[in-house]
Amino acid sequence: MTTLTVNGEEVALDLPDDTPLLWALRDEMRLTGTKFGCGIAQCGACTVMVDGMPRRSCVTPVGTLEGASVETIEGLDGAEAEAVQSAWVQIDVPQCGWCQSGQVMSAVGLLRMNRAPSDEDIDNAMAGNICRCATYVRIRQAIHDAADTLEG
Amino acid sequence: MTVQSRRQFLASAAGLVIGVALPLKGRAQSGAAAALGDGTLAEGAFAPNAFIRIAPDNTVTVLSKHIEFGQGPYTGLATLVAEELDADWSQIRAEAAPADDELYANLAFGLQGTGGSTAMANSWMQMRQAGAAARAMLVSAAAEEWGVDRATIQVEKGVVSDGTSSATFGELAEAAAGQSVPVEPAVKNPSEFTLIGTDRPKVDSRAKSDGTAQFTMDVYRDGMETVVVRRPSVIGATVASFDDSAAREVPGVVAVHRIPQGVAVYATSTAAALKGRAALEVEWDMSEAETRSSQEIFADFREMANGEAMEAERIGDAASAIDSAEIVHEAEFLFPFLAHAPMEPLDAVLEVRGGKAEIWMGAQFPTADKGAVTQVLGLEPENVTMNVMLAGGSFGRRAQPTAHIGVEVASIAKARGGDGAWKLVWTREDDLTGAYYRPITLHRMRGGIDADGNITGWENRVVNQSIVAGTPFDQGGLDRTSVEGAIEMPYDLPNLAVDWVKADLPVAPLWWRSVGHTHTAYATEVFLDELLEKAGKDPVQGRLDLLKDEAGRDRAVLERVAEMAGWDGTKVKGDRAYGVALHESFQTYVAEIVEVSDAGGYPKVHKVWAAVDCGVAINPNVIRAQIEGGIGYGLGTILHNALVLGEGGEVQQKNFDTYRMLRIHEMPQVEVAIIDSGADPTGVGEPGTPPIGPAVANAWRALTGQSPRELPFAQAGV
Ligand code: FES
Ligand code: FES
Repeated sequence: MTTLTVNGEEVALDLPDDTPLLWALRDEMRLTGTKFGCGIAQCGACTVMVDGMPRRSCVTPVGTLEGASVETIEGLDGAEAEAVQSAWVQIDVPQCGWCQSGQVMSAVGLLRMNRAPSDEDIDNAMAGNICRCATYVRIRQAIHDAADTLEG
Repeated sequence: MTVQSRRQFLASAAGLVIGVALPLKGRAQSGAAAALGDGTLAEGAFAPNAFIRIAPDNTVTVLSKHIEFGQGPYTGLATLVAEELDADWSQIRAEAAPADDELYANLAFGLQGTGGSTAMANSWMQMRQAGAAARAMLVSAAAEEWGVDRATIQVEKGVVSDGTSSATFGELAEAAAGQSVPVEPAVKNPSEFTLIGTDRPKVDSRAKSDGTAQFTMDVYRDGMETVVVRRPSVIGATVASFDDSAAREVPGVVAVHRIPQGVAVYATSTAAALKGRAALEVEWDMSEAETRSSQEIFADFREMANGEAMEAERIGDAASAIDSAEIVHEAEFLFPFLAHAPMEPLDAVLEVRGGKAEIWMGAQFPTADKGAVTQVLGLEPENVTMNVMLAGGSFGRRAQPTAHIGVEVASIAKARGGDGAWKLVWTREDDLTGAYYRPITLHRMRGGIDADGNITGWENRVVNQSIVAGTPFDQGGLDRTSVEGAIEMPYDLPNLAVDWVKADLPVAPLWWRSVGHTHTAYATEVFLDELLEKAGKDPVQGRLDLLKDEAGRDRAVLERVAEMAGWDGTKVKGDRAYGVALHESFQTYVAEIVEVSDAGGYPKVHKVWAAVDCGVAINPNVIRAQIEGGIGYGLGTILHNALVLGEGGEVQQKNFDTYRMLRIHEMPQVEVAIIDSGADPTGVGEPGTPPIGPAVANAWRALTGQSPRELPFAQAGV
């Protein structure tokens, strides 16, 4: 039994300790905004916040999360989240959309730490998130736009 | 405008459903009429045979016959309807139409399906007529209610008015449902367009930015079991025997069954299914497998290129022209197998209850998958429902004439037996090792140049599998998808011979974003660039001089891109080099110029200029997005991607650690110009992809003198 907080609510998970957080979120909690893309920490589609830091949920065993606080796309809020998601919609970043929850999580993670990221900062923070539709031009632009809104 | 006497608008508590006469030789029209019956649908029932639904809450929902997996058909089809309807963009919604070949056929295919960048082209008149019909009926309803002449009524931004009275679509929906449906409603003259040609936000961006968009993998049914299948890592191998004792010990695993596709593990959760699968012991039967390595296949292709071939195109006598040329240039290009790797791996949900089945799937040919389930389970077609879901990318992967995913999920249900619900999940490993690849391909080329620098002869021999063989698209003889782009080039070459050698491999081939153009654009545009260089000609001017008189659209995009990039004939400036490529695919014309530098022996692409002519630009925002994405998709591929069969045929790349995707730091800036055109719209999902490879290769050659012959660049030792 692992007890943790997911999007502000306490959850007790009766799952084998090695169950990846990704499948616990999706199959047990029906938080399906977090996506599966590779299962080996290569694509970032499964990115969530664990204690405030972006983490690949596909390689995070629930047994390591006792007392942790998990934030998923469904529970995302705050100024950075709002700025990022508005910017995403404003310039139509998503194509197929499958990677975008993870992209948004990583972008919010970046802006929470750095409100005025350079292109290089964006590369460093976002290089773990694959977009097979290659929406990268717009991801970069939307992060800059969101940063501008936050500076606003 | 003629008016059909039969009342085809359907009233219900929830509003208005409009069926429209399809411009398809009467067959679909009668199909629509039959499906709509006499307009007496049960309350609340929405006829699944319509394109438009107007609800009392004033929303207009466009039923998209084309699946949405990123290329924007929901937004595009909705734009066409909204334009003719004079709707306000904010009231427009879009959702998937159900599976029905009669009503929702792709007019380019004759059956329901998406692909070949045809969504907008085949829907252009159909969706506009659907919108125009709806508008006409709303106007008639208002005229009747207000007792005024139709001619006095205006429609603007979703409001119907005659100067005195006004009403929203929602308010008129029920009354409009009682009006006669026009058969051939007049559509607007392009000069009257207010939405078409302008940037508009996409209808699905919000749900795809906040995690609420629903894909197949997000479907959960009561009592559902998740199923993963153990498959061979050598293509074509089959299960000889297996031991599932350890797998069955895994908590959560409820069953293990052999199915034609491999060994299926059924579990109460995905995590348990994966653990169970890992615990399986399987012996494989290799008798039907492809056990050659990629290098062995290439060696065989080289042999085959010397043998019998099928003529694909002939002009003059290429062989003699080349043999007597001043300069003879030869090249052989090798293209690897490629996986599509859509971001959402393949999946499907199937629920069977009391002789009825319901499917949820990102089905690109939905009637094919529905048919497969119907057949495998031995059900009556009317008892099977297909829900076409949003899909996390396809790039051709979900366009399955064999309906292998429908067959697989049905086989899973059948093996387990009885009622239940199953979710089939492919992992990335399944995706990359599971065949349905862009075929491995060889181009052997020869060109001749005379003393004045004119190209006098051109030979190209292509060796690869046929993608369409055995599908409903097979017309026998030459498979044009094997050589498209290598034939009917826009250049005026006096002597030309293009041949095709058909190879048979037990590796299922499939169309991959831009199909044959994935390799033909590279081979032809790199080889041409090399010939121009040997002839001492400028890559842009040399191409312009070679273009046929009728290649005006090619000329326009090339001139435009040269202007955008400030092309002055200098191929190398400081540490930056520039390369160009021009390629038409799916009747969309694209020219690209790239700026490249050498980042430690590997090309870094800084900037891409692209000029596109896709006819009427329905939504420039979506067109730019597709060109940007198509460029990124093609660039990652030529730099990094090969699915290599190693010794014994073992697929070497099993996940994204070795099948490396383009990442954000490798994405160039992209500047797109769209040519102003009145021609009928053509697709943009694929045509941005073909030119990027050759443009980068041409720039790289200018910079380093190297011209990769075996792709990707990483493979060529770059
Ligand atoms: S699914 Fe977790 S990183 Fe790809
Ligand atoms: S939007 Fe399709 S993978 Fe990113």
